[in-house]
Amino acid sequence: MESTFKSNLKAWLYLLPALVFLGVFMIYPLVDVFIYSFEEGYNSASQTSFGTGIYNYSYVLHDPYFLQALKNTLILVAITVPTSTILSLLISLGLNKITKLKELFQTVYFLPYVTNTLAVGLVFMILFKKTAYTDGLVNLLITAFGGKSVDFIEGPYWAKMMVLCIYTIWIVMPFKVLVLTSSLASVNPIYYSAARVDGTSNTRIFFRITLPMISPMIFYLVITGFIGAFKAYSDAVALFGTDLNVAEMNTIVGYVYDMLYGDSGGYPSYASAAAIILFTIVLTITVINLLVRNKSNLVQK
Amino acid sequence: MANNHEYDEISKSAKIKDIAGKTVTYILLSIWGIIVLFPFYWMILTSFKSYSSYNSEFVPKFYPVSPTIQNYIDAFTTVSLSRYLLNTAIFTIVTTAVMLVVTTLAAFAFARLKFKGKNIVFVLFLALMMIPNELVIITNFVTVTNLDMRNSFPGLILPSVASVFYIYLLKENFEAIPDNLYYAAKVDGTSDFKYLVKVMVPIARPTLVTIIILKVIECWNSYVWPRLITDDPKYFLVSNGIQEIRENGFGRENIPAMMAAVVVISLPLIVLFLVFRKTVMTGVSRGGTKG
Repeated sequence: MESTFKSNLKAWLYLLPALVFLGVFMIYPLVDVFIYSFEEGYNSASQTSFGTGIYNYSYVLHDPYFLQALKNTLILVAITVPTSTILSLLISLGLNKITKLKELFQTVYFLPYVTNTLAVGLVFMILFKKTAYTDGLVNLLITAFGGKSVDFIEGPYWAKMMVLCIYTIWIVMPFKVLVLTSSLASVNPIYYSAARVDGTSNTRIFFRITLPMISPMIFYLVITGFIGAFKAYSDAVALFGTDLNVAEMNTIVGYVYDMLYGDSGGYPSYASAAAIILFTIVLTITVINLLVRNKSNLVQK
Repeated sequence: MANNHEYDEISKSAKIKDIAGKTVTYILLSIWGIIVLFPFYWMILTSFKSYSSYNSEFVPKFYPVSPTIQNYIDAFTTVSLSRYLLNTAIFTIVTTAVMLVVTTLAAFAFARLKFKGKNIVFVLFLALMMIPNELVIITNFVTVTNLDMRNSFPGLILPSVASVFYIYLLKENFEAIPDNLYYAAKVDGTSDFKYLVKVMVPIARPTLVTIIILKVIECWNSYVWPRLITDDPKYFLVSNGIQEIRENGFGRENIPAMMAAVVVISLPLIVLFLVFRKTVMTGVSRGGTKG
């Protein structure tokens, strides 16, 4: 009896640091964020509130800044997730076709992963920005091909959105290419040999063998891509600066932080409500993805 | 032999098709390579141009006409770049070290020790993996503010030292170590802690390295939490530092000097990556999520 007690105690001691940190910085906040989100008129100075209700949610959902952030985030997700997934699939297919220089290409493609998003964002900014001195390299290219130059950083909405999408795709590609390339390489070559003996065309091989074999990985990338894109924030800051509301380029996560801190901050209740709305959206999309996948699996069987 | 001749023809045309296909592949892969590398090239190039020559080039030149290291000197003297770098290095090293200890102890308890309530606690741990940072950061901000830990290293570090995912990853690895080793060590009178340090940690080294790499990348790039918790530039990390440099830095819009700062900030992780290329790439494909 004594020894079980002792070994129990010892195990809990090993767990203690993790439990303390997770308790203080994860479990307690998780409960607290829901409480915050239902407390109306919470004042962080006096730590008092008028009452409880869903006012915070209704405020957030009617706030034009939130709606702008929601719209931006949805556009970003809708453009970057499919584009980056398809592009990374094509690149991985290409990588798996070659042997010479393959490692060099892989190393180069991985570089954006190990860069500081804020720092390299500045490079994208100067490439796209129009200043008094120069139109920027991208605009010079556009005019060289007969187009009209446009300020991508402080100009029209679509131009800013385009730069944000391009930068986001540039940032997320390394992970996708890495994962898909190793996934493609792990397909047993015997399937391909068998198909070739039967004289199967390349397109057919791709859709009948390659794609089904790596579909779990693509599916994983789509889900993580959705989640990542919904949480976009620092890429936007890197390009347009910290005042994203003025730039009309805020994202949902950016809205949460602006509500919490900074010139427009001091409203943890609104921030909490917005964070929970974001979490609900992401969770819903993940569940829908899982359902679709299970259904398509059933159809195949 | 007519048949043989026909075979030669077919294999010849197949070979030509193959070579053509390969060439196209190489060209397309190179295009993507250029797209990836160009921003790096541009930031290095710009960082060596002088302020006046950068601003006088309406059509930017693809090579520096009279390369200068003045921008690098400016980056270290007129703004506090070296302080930002030092802060980030301290933050990264301390966070990673504390996280390793916490993770190893917890993973050991789950993998090796027997205790009441283990399964329930572990399931709760797994459930926590689904909680996004954005949801808990609001209260953490309030907690750290109330504890008076804003603008301090403990405030920066403490919230990110416990990671459920890494505990899970290491626990799986620990469990793969055969039980016999443990019993043999017990017979020899080795204590649990000594067994953990002398046997399990060395065996699980690859996983520990993976965790370290992922954490170091995460720390070096972390932006949101440091931004919330520090407003005193003395405690800025590089991400906030570069933002500060951009908004209030070199006075005028000194883009070459800004690019020098960007190069300095980007260099440590890139060097680390080029040295430990294989380990980093395996590590990220095992547990990375960015993107």
